Amino acid sequence: MKRVWYIFLALLFTPYVLAAEMPLNMTKGVTDISGQVYNLHMTILYICCAIGVVVFGVMIYSMINHRKSKGAIAANFHESTKVEIAWTIAPFIILIIMAIPATKTLIAMEDPSDADITIKITGSQWKWHYSYFDQDIEFYSLLSTPRAQIEGTEEKGENYLLEVDKPLVLPINKKVRFLMTSEDVIHSWWVPAFAVKKDANPGFINEAWTRIDIPGTYRGQCAELCGKDHGFMPIVVEALSQADFDIWVAEQKNQASTAAAEAEASLSKSLSMDELMAQGEQVYMSRCAACHQPNGMGLPGVFPPMKGSPITTGPLMDHLEIVINGKAGTAMQAFGKQLTAQEIATVITYERNAWDNNTGDMIQAADVSQHGQ
Amino acid sequence: MNTLTREAEPNMEIGQVEAASDHQDEHQQHPSGIKRWLFTTNHKDIGTLYLWFSFIMFLTGGAMAMVIRAELFQPGLQLIEPNFFNQMTTIHGLIMVFGAVMPAFTGLANWLIPMMIGAPDMALPRMNNWSFWILPFAFTILLSSLFMEGGGPNFGWTFYAPLSTTYSPDSTALFVFSIHIMGISSIMGAINVIVTIVNMRAPGMTWMKLPLFVWTWLITAFLLIAVMPVLAGVVTMVLTDKYFGTSFFDAAGGGDPVMFQHIFWFFGHPEVYIMILPSFGIISAIVPTFSRKRLFGYASMVYATSSIAILSFLVWAHHMFTTGMPVFAELFFMYCTMLIAVPTGVKVFNWIATMWRGSLTFETPMLFAIAFIILFTIGGFSGIMLAITPADFQYHDTYFVVAHFHYVLVTGAIFSIMAAAYYWLPKWTGNMYDERLGKIHFWCSVISVNVLFFPMHFLGLAGMPRRIPDYAVQFADVNQIVSIGGFAFGLSQFIFLALVIKCIRGGEKAAAKPWEGAEGLEWTLPSPAPYHSFTTPPEIK
Repeated sequence: MKRVWYIFLALLFTPYVLAAEMPLNMTKGVTDISGQVYNLHMTILYICCAIGVVVFGVMIYSMINHRKSKGAIAANFHESTKVEIAWTIAPFIILIIMAIPATKTLIAMEDPSDADITIKITGSQWKWHYSYFDQDIEFYSLLSTPRAQIEGTEEKGENYLLEVDKPLVLPINKKVRFLMTSEDVIHSWWVPAFAVKKDANPGFINEAWTRIDIPGTYRGQCAELCGKDHGFMPIVVEALSQADFDIWVAEQKNQASTAAAEAEASLSKSLSMDELMAQGEQVYMSRCAACHQPNGMGLPGVFPPMKGSPITTGPLMDHLEIVINGKAGTAMQAFGKQLTAQEIATVITYERNAWDNNTGDMIQAADVSQHGQ
Repeated sequence: MNTLTREAEPNMEIGQVEAASDHQDEHQQHPSGIKRWLFTTNHKDIGTLYLWFSFIMFLTGGAMAMVIRAELFQPGLQLIEPNFFNQMTTIHGLIMVFGAVMPAFTGLANWLIPMMIGAPDMALPRMNNWSFWILPFAFTILLSSLFMEGGGPNFGWTFYAPLSTTYSPDSTALFVFSIHIMGISSIMGAINVIVTIVNMRAPGMTWMKLPLFVWTWLITAFLLIAVMPVLAGVVTMVLTDKYFGTSFFDAAGGGDPVMFQHIFWFFGHPEVYIMILPSFGIISAIVPTFSRKRLFGYASMVYATSSIAILSFLVWAHHMFTTGMPVFAELFFMYCTMLIAVPTGVKVFNWIATMWRGSLTFETPMLFAIAFIILFTIGGFSGIMLAITPADFQYHDTYFVVAHFHYVLVTGAIFSIMAAAYYWLPKWTGNMYDERLGKIHFWCSVISVNVLFFPMHFLGLAGMPRRIPDYAVQFADVNQIVSIGGFAFGLSQFIFLALVIKCIRGGEKAAAKPWEGAEGLEWTLPSPAPYHSFTTPPEIK
C-alpha cells in the first residue's frame, strides 16, 4: 500500500518539476486591480487549504485509529445539536470574512468612470478590431503564427499562438476604458496581466477598464468558445510610456496617410495576372483559409468550397458583392471595410483562378472601388 | 396485478394488498430474450437497463475524451481539425451529463427506491418502461448527427447563442430533438420517483425514517420537474431562431444573446445539483455501513439537502459573471453562491462525524466513498474560489473551471455511482464481487483521476483557456501529464467492466445482508433480490 502512495505522490508532483517554464499560479499582473485579485485568490486559497488540513486531518486520524482491525468498537452517538450549530455558523463567519475584500475589489473593478482614453474592441470570427476614440486610429489584429508551425512542419516559435500582426498599444499610468462588442458570436477579451475578462456580445456593449503600471508586452486569448478557430484569436497588448505612446500615435497617423495615398495610387495601377495571383494568395491564406481552407475545399456542410463553386466561377459581380458586403445570416463577413480595394481585387482574382477554377477573370483595384467599396 | 391496483388506489388498506399478492404468480411467466427487456415493467429490469445504458454511454463519452486528450497531448494540430475537436468536447459533455450520470442515478433509483421503502415496484411501471426506452433513440439521434455533412453540434454542451443558432451546423435540429427526448425521459422518471415515494411507502415508513438516498432522490426529482421544461424551452427557442426566423437571441431582431445564458443556466445550475444530490444519498448509506455506526445528523442531512436545492435556483448567474451584469447582480449571485458552502459543509462534517469513533473497514464501496468525500470537497473548495467574482474573472473559461467541475462530477458523481455499484452488486446479482479486483480498480482510478484533473488547476491559473484544440508551448508538459492520466483513467474502467461481468456470472454467494453494518429494508430481502419483492408490505417498527 505504501508503494502505491509513493507512486501517487510522485505522479502528482512530476508535472511541476517538468514544467519549469510554466507558472503554476495566477499572475500578479501589472495593475493595481490585478494585484488585488491575486491577493484575494491567495487569501481564499490559504483559507481553503487550512480548512482542508483540519477536515481531512480529522478524517485521516479516524481512518488510522478507528479501524476495526485495530479493535475499534463503534461508539453510539449520532447527533449533537451544539456541534451541528457550531459547524453551520463557523463556515458562515469564514464566508463573511472572504466576502468583504471580494466586494471591495469588485466594486472597484466595475467602475470605468473618468477614463483617460477609450478603446472600442470588436470581436469577430476570429480576430479583434481595435478603435481608439478621439484618435482616429483603428485596425484589425490577427494571429501571426504561421500555419506551418501549427501543422508541425516548422519549429514552433517562443510565442506560438500568442502573437499577432498588430498589437493593441496602450499608454501606462492612464485609465483606459474598453468598450467590448462583437460582430457575430460571443467572444471574450482576456488579458490575465490586467485581470480584465469581459464578454463581447453581438448587439450590446460591455465596459471594462485598466490602468497599467509597467511597460511591456502582455498576452491573452479569447476566452469564450466562438467557433472553429476559437483557439487561434490571441490578444497582444503593448504598454508604452506616455512619450513612446505619443510617438506611436503620430506614426499611426503618418502610416494612415501613406496607406491612403497608396490606396489612391493602386486605383490607377493595373497588376498583371501573376502579381494578382501572388498577392491574392497571401490575402486568401491570412483571411479566407480559416473557413474555406487553404485547398479551397471548405468544410462540407459548414463552410462552402471555393473550388468550382457557383460564386467563384459564376458572374464576377456576384463574387465581388459577397466579398464586399458578406452574406447576412451566415459566417461570411463583409470584407469591404476590412481589406483595401487592391487586396479585394487580388483575392478575388486568386479565388477565380486557383484550384483549377481557371476562369481567366482578372479584376483590378479600380473595379472594386467602382463597385462602391 | 397488485401494482396496477395500487396505482389506481394508492390509499388502499394493507389487507387488500395481501389479498392481491396471491396473484403474483402470473408475473413469473414474463417473456424471455429480447422481449423481456423491451416490454418489461419491472423496476429491477428497468434499473438494470438504465445502468447498462449509462455504462455504455460512459464508455462512449469517455472515448471522446480520449480523442480530446490525444489531440492535446502536444501543441500543434496533429490528429483532428478544430471543428471536429469542438464536436468532441460538445458531445462528450452532453453524453456524460445526459447519457452517463443522469441515467445511472435513475437506474439506481429504479433498483433501490422500491426496495428501500418496501414497495413492490415503481408507481407507474409502464411509463417507467417508456422513459427508459426513448433514451437510446435520443442518443442515436445525437450521435448520428456526427455523421451528417457539416458534423454534429460543435458549440459546446452549453450551446450559447448565436453560435448555436445563426452559426451552427445544419444538424442542429437533431441536437434539439435529442435534447427534447432526453428531457421527456427525465421528467417521466422524476414523476415516477415522486409518485412512488409519496404513495408507496410501507406502513410505518414515515418521512423521517426514509433512507437518505430516497430523500435526496425525492428532492432531485422535484428539481428535475422544475428545470427540465426550462431546458426544453431554451432548445426550442434555439430551434425557432435557427430555422423559423424568430429573434429570441438576436439583437438585430430585438432579442438578447445573454438572455439565452440566463435561461440556460436557470436550468443548468439546478442540473448540477441533480447530478450530485443522489450521490449524497449514496455516501450517506455507505459511510455508516462500513463505520458500523449510525449516520450522524440524519435530520440536518435532510435539511441541508433541501437548502441546497432551494439555493440552487438563486445562483445561476455565477456562470455568467463576465457577461457584463450590473455590479449589484454580481454581488447578489456571489453571496448566494458562497452560501451553498454552508449546507454542503454540514454534509461533509456529518460524514466525518459518522466515521469518527466508528469501527472502520475499507471494502471497495467504502474506499470510493472516502475518495468521494475528499475529492468532492476539493471540488467544493475550487467552487468557493470560483464564487469570488473578482477572482472568477481570472478563472472563468479556463482549465481551472474544467478541473473544478470534473472534480465534482467525476470524483463526485461518478465515484459515488461506482461506490453504489460495488455496495449493491451482491444484492443485484446474488454474488460477491471480486474484492481484489475491486481494490485494483479503485487504486488505478483514484491515482489516474488525480493525475488527470489536479494539474488542470495549474493550467487554468497559468492562463490556458478551455475548449481550445491547440495551445501555447508553455502548457505542453503539463498537458502531456494530464493526457497520460486521462488514458490511464479510461483504461482503468475496463477493470470495472470485467469485475461486473465476473460478478454476474458467479462467485461467492452473497448473504441477504453481506455487509455487517448495513441497515435498510433492501437487506431484509434475499440476494439476489427476487424478481418481485415486497408484494406484501413489510412492517416498519
